[in-house]
Amino acid sequence: MNKVYDSAAEALDGLLFDGMFIAAGGFGLCGIPELLIEAIKDAGTRDLTFASNNAGVDDFGIGILLQTRQVKKMISSYVGENAEFMRQYLSGELELEFNPQGTLAERMRAGGCGIPGFYTKTGVGTQIAEGKEHKEFDGETYILERGIVADLSIVKAWKADTTGNLVFRKTARNFNPPAAMCGKVCVAEVEEIVEPGQLDPDKIHLPGIYVHRLIKGDHEKRIEQRTTRAA
Amino acid sequence: MPWDRNQMAARAAQELKDGMYVNLGIGIPTLVANYIPEGVHVTLQSENGMLGLGPFPLEGEEDPDLINAGKQTITELAHSAYFDSAQSFGMIRGGKIAMAILGAMEVSENGDLANWMIPGKLVKGMGGAMDLVAGVKRVVIVMDHTNKHGDSKLLKECTLPLTGTGVVSRIITNLGVLDVVEGGLKIVECAEGVTEDEIRAATEATIVN
Repeated sequence: MNKVYDSAAEALDGLLFDGMFIAAGGFGLCGIPELLIEAIKDAGTRDLTFASNNAGVDDFGIGILLQTRQVKKMISSYVGENAEFMRQYLSGELELEFNPQGTLAERMRAGGCGIPGFYTKTGVGTQIAEGKEHKEFDGETYILERGIVADLSIVKAWKADTTGNLVFRKTARNFNPPAAMCGKVCVAEVEEIVEPGQLDPDKIHLPGIYVHRLIKGDHEKRIEQRTTRAA
Repeated sequence: MPWDRNQMAARAAQELKDGMYVNLGIGIPTLVANYIPEGVHVTLQSENGMLGLGPFPLEGEEDPDLINAGKQTITELAHSAYFDSAQSFGMIRGGKIAMAILGAMEVSENGDLANWMIPGKLVKGMGGAMDLVAGVKRVVIVMDHTNKHGDSKLLKECTLPLTGTGVVSRIITNLGVLDVVEGGLKIVECAEGVTEDEIRAATEATIVN
């Protein structure tokens, strides 16, 4: 069983189809699967639904798929960094389902864990709760949220071994593990691929059982808000 | 004189108690970290997956893999820990975070909060705000008392889509500090040189004594 592919395009070969549902890792531009997004752009797959916390910026991340009109719908918690997104949404060209950030993360985690729904306090009394089942537990009201199962997960990690065990780095972990877990197939892009035995089994963040295909690539890793303090 | 952004942040920092785990929102709440009182040790949580946020990096030491929830580059501390977004919101929803200090567009007299969208105009999203107000033990709001048209942001009822209902405990504005209590808002402190009457005049919400 070989999980390692030579390029993003090869790793996605046979997995893409119009109208598909993709879960993507990343927070802002941090830890996004930038090479796989680029390859989806090149593949020209259309009418995509993305579950992703953000939509990138105009010229990086999922934003480049908005420019090419490949995205039909976003399921996200925050899209404030993307002018083209706002324009397409306000003009009715793009569907948007806002999910509270923790609800989105838990929907992915739950979907990957075989849990089709869960109750949460988040969003009770707001627009988010409209049309959802309400239930009381111990005197508090909760709403039912559904687990997500995606056709494909695309994630970014720091290191992998050839069996797909993943290690993330600092806050670039974010949505990547839950996004990886909820896909029927998961493709991961990493900065370094090592042989089995070279990662400490006690320090694996996501076991290779969740990861079906892997590529190593060069990442731009763009910084969205470069902020420094005086020396 | 009403408080400026930094004075509001400094006042909000007085809410922090030693040993607390705290989440700071984007904007003025982020500035609160600059005013943590001497001898008070708090651990800041960032919902993108970190406990123990350090200061902004020195120029040249920015790390694209290390950002806060406002997407700004930050640094780690000796006791920092990283985790994924599902676990991050597990600790938020699970009531493990003592306090969140957040910004707002509107707060109502019963503690409803609106801070995520203006229909038809500003569609940014709630990010982690709905989870935070639902799960964190105490929610403190830091915001200007009035909007740029001079209208009160402390209302009898919010007009914008809600982030949460009955979730706000305390509001720190440029004019002073108000608590959400039975029947309305109670003035607990005025900014230096600001009178209670001035706060009342700038507040649409019911003020109770």
